Amino acid sequence: MSAQIFPRNANAIFLASLFGLVMLVVGTIAAMVGFYLSPWYTDVGVAKAQPVPFSHKHHVSELKIDCRYCHATVEKAATAGFPATETCMSCHSQVWTTSPLLEVVRTSYQTGEPVVWNRIYDLPDFVYFNHSIHVAKGIGCSSCHGRIDQQQLAAKAQPLYMGWCLGCHRAPEDHIRPREEVFNMEWDVNSLSLAERQRLVIEYQIPTDGRLTNCFVCHR
Amino acid sequence: MVHSVRRSIFTRIARLAWLPLCFLLVACHVDMYDQPKYKPNDVSNFFPDGRAMQPPPANTVPLNSYNPDSPLMTGRIEGQLADQLPPEIKLDAALLAHGQSRYNAFCAPCHGLVGDGNGVIAYRGPMTVTSLHNDRLRTVQIGYFFDVITNGIGKMYSYASRIPPEDRWAIAVYVRALQLSQNADVALLTEAELQQVRAGR
Ligand code: HEC
Ligand code: HEC
Ligand code: HEC
Ligand code: HEC
Ligand code: HEC
Ligand code: HEC
Repeated sequence: MSAQIFPRNANAIFLASLFGLVMLVVGTIAAMVGFYLSPWYTDVGVAKAQPVPFSHKHHVSELKIDCRYCHATVEKAATAGFPATETCMSCHSQVWTTSPLLEVVRTSYQTGEPVVWNRIYDLPDFVYFNHSIHVAKGIGCSSCHGRIDQQQLAAKAQPLYMGWCLGCHRAPEDHIRPREEVFNMEWDVNSLSLAERQRLVIEYQIPTDGRLTNCFVCHR
Repeated sequence: MVHSVRRSIFTRIARLAWLPLCFLLVACHVDMYDQPKYKPNDVSNFFPDGRAMQPPPANTVPLNSYNPDSPLMTGRIEGQLADQLPPEIKLDAALLAHGQSRYNAFCAPCHGLVGDGNGVIAYRGPMTVTSLHNDRLRTVQIGYFFDVITNGIGKMYSYASRIPPEDRWAIAVYVRALQLSQNADVALLTEAELQQVRAGR
């Protein structure tokens, strides 16, 4: 008969610590998932500092400048592009010419050194994206970029998860609008009935046979 | 007996202990997220001006696609401003509609939606913008508008880098339509249109 090594309550302590361990693991996983979905990781709604405090609210909402004035390639190319310094100067050579906030733009125009904007929407390099097809098929800027015309400094409206891309590729009728309204920031999808939107999907010949969710559409 | 059942459950759980580690691996993806390749608008530390998208050298023209001396590209026929559309551009309602959307995007901020030189930027001043409705501009050759968009004039910058030549012609055509709309001859209106005008007043 050997001596008792463990005290009487060892079983209880063992069970309690087993329970604690499980809770720790679950908690850690939950915290990581939470972090992954939170703005700390996704940057959603977090405005980034820019070399010039450019305001879409001012230029788009108040001055009513069309997106294409500055993002001119959005209908023709994969990228919407950032405006050249010359684009800003077409107005700012004459209006607000002495604003200290625009010093960076004026220097850039004189020296030819581009203004380096901090990117807000940036897909991983293994994803292929194309603006022109979405614009041509009646997907509006605000469906993906939110109400950027209400933002002083631009911030993400979207974490750009793959599931989000797929969701619309499976059911474009939830987001589609007439082509003329693509640049309209105030457009409300529900102003057309589902049947009308389904008619648009057919009219714009968007494939609904699942082709759009093939991996090679975005990973090529 | 009871003892061994409990142990086997414990070892089974213990065997799965590596699973949470996978969650750590999921987050380790930076290698393929930022590949050593350039995408448009990237910053480059290879080129001295810091751009991955290098502007083409001066006087570069696209190979085979355009004839840089054709009326389509210059707005001129044998050195004179063109007084008609180049053969590649077909005048129809679609061209006018296209011109309208381009005009509203690129010209209206300054020239105003009807071309009276009172767009929102001009209105807030101090920029003064020419109205498109004067006798000189009404009678000038259509190639002149193409030329102004391509090369700019006075304080107005060139729009050639943002508006492709076909679109410039569409705008020129639409400007002509705007001029007509602001200077229409009553005698040319149909009876129905006349009634609309009267009802509008
Ligand atoms: C007067 C010029 C101008 C106009 C008009 C304009 N933008 Fe921008 N846009 C910019 C500049 C400059 C930036 C880069 C600075 C920033 O992110 O705020 C930018 C950035 C963006 C970005 C973020 C890009 C990124 O990933 O960093 C989006 C999205 C965008 N614009 C959408 C739009 C939409 C939609 C419209 C039309 C409703 C529009 N813009 C109109 C100048 C303009
Ligand atoms: C179509 C004309 C136009 C274009 C193009 C334009 N702006 Fe402006 N911007 C204005 C006007 C007009 C104001 C000031 C309006 C007011 O407050 O009365 C302004 C104001 C600003 C201000 C605030 C200045 C201050 O001191 O408060 C900044 C910063 C600015 N713009 C940056 C830019 C940048 C950067 C670009 C190029 C991407 C750009 N703008 C392109 C018309 C333009
Ligand atoms: C289907 C969703 C979608 C629509 C619709 C859309 N965008 Fe984007 N946009 C994106 C994504 C995704 C990116 C990031 C692209 C990347 O990282 O390569 C982006 C990037 C941008 C950028 C940053 C520069 C660039 O080209 O990468 C600008 C500017 C922009 N979009 C403007 C616009 C404008 C203006 C419209 C409306 C005409 C628009 N976008 C419509 C999804 C969209
Ligand atoms: C709001 C709806 C919507 C969202 C969000 C969206 N798409 Fe699309 N996408 C479409 C539609 C509609 C088409 C047009 C399909 C067609 O007619 O061929 C399309 C087409 C495409 C194509 C071209 C397909 C082809 O035939 O070559 C690519 C690539 C693409 N999308 C990538 C993406 C990526 C990447 C994302 C996420 C960052 C995304 N899309 C998010 C609606 C959407
Ligand atoms: C509509 C466009 C689209 C389609 C179709 C698509 N993906 Fe993706 N995929 C994306 C985007 C966008 C991301 C980046 C997500 C992110 O940044 O978190 C991505 C990321 C991924 C990743 C990397 C995840 C990570 O975080 O490292 C894998 C793996 C992947 N996709 C596999 C697939 C497979 C397999 C298919 C076919 C069943 C597929 N994708 C189809 C858009 C797409
Ligand atoms: C940023 C403001 C601005 C924009 C945008 C703009 N213009 Fe101008 N435009 C001007 C100013 C300022 C003048 C007067 C130039 C001068 O005489 O110095 C002018 C003059 C003109 C003239 C008259 C030239 C003459 O002989 O008197 C025409 C025609 C013209 N613009 C056409 C256009 C067209 C077409 C567009 C669109 C592609 C456009 N403009 C966009 C500011 C602008």
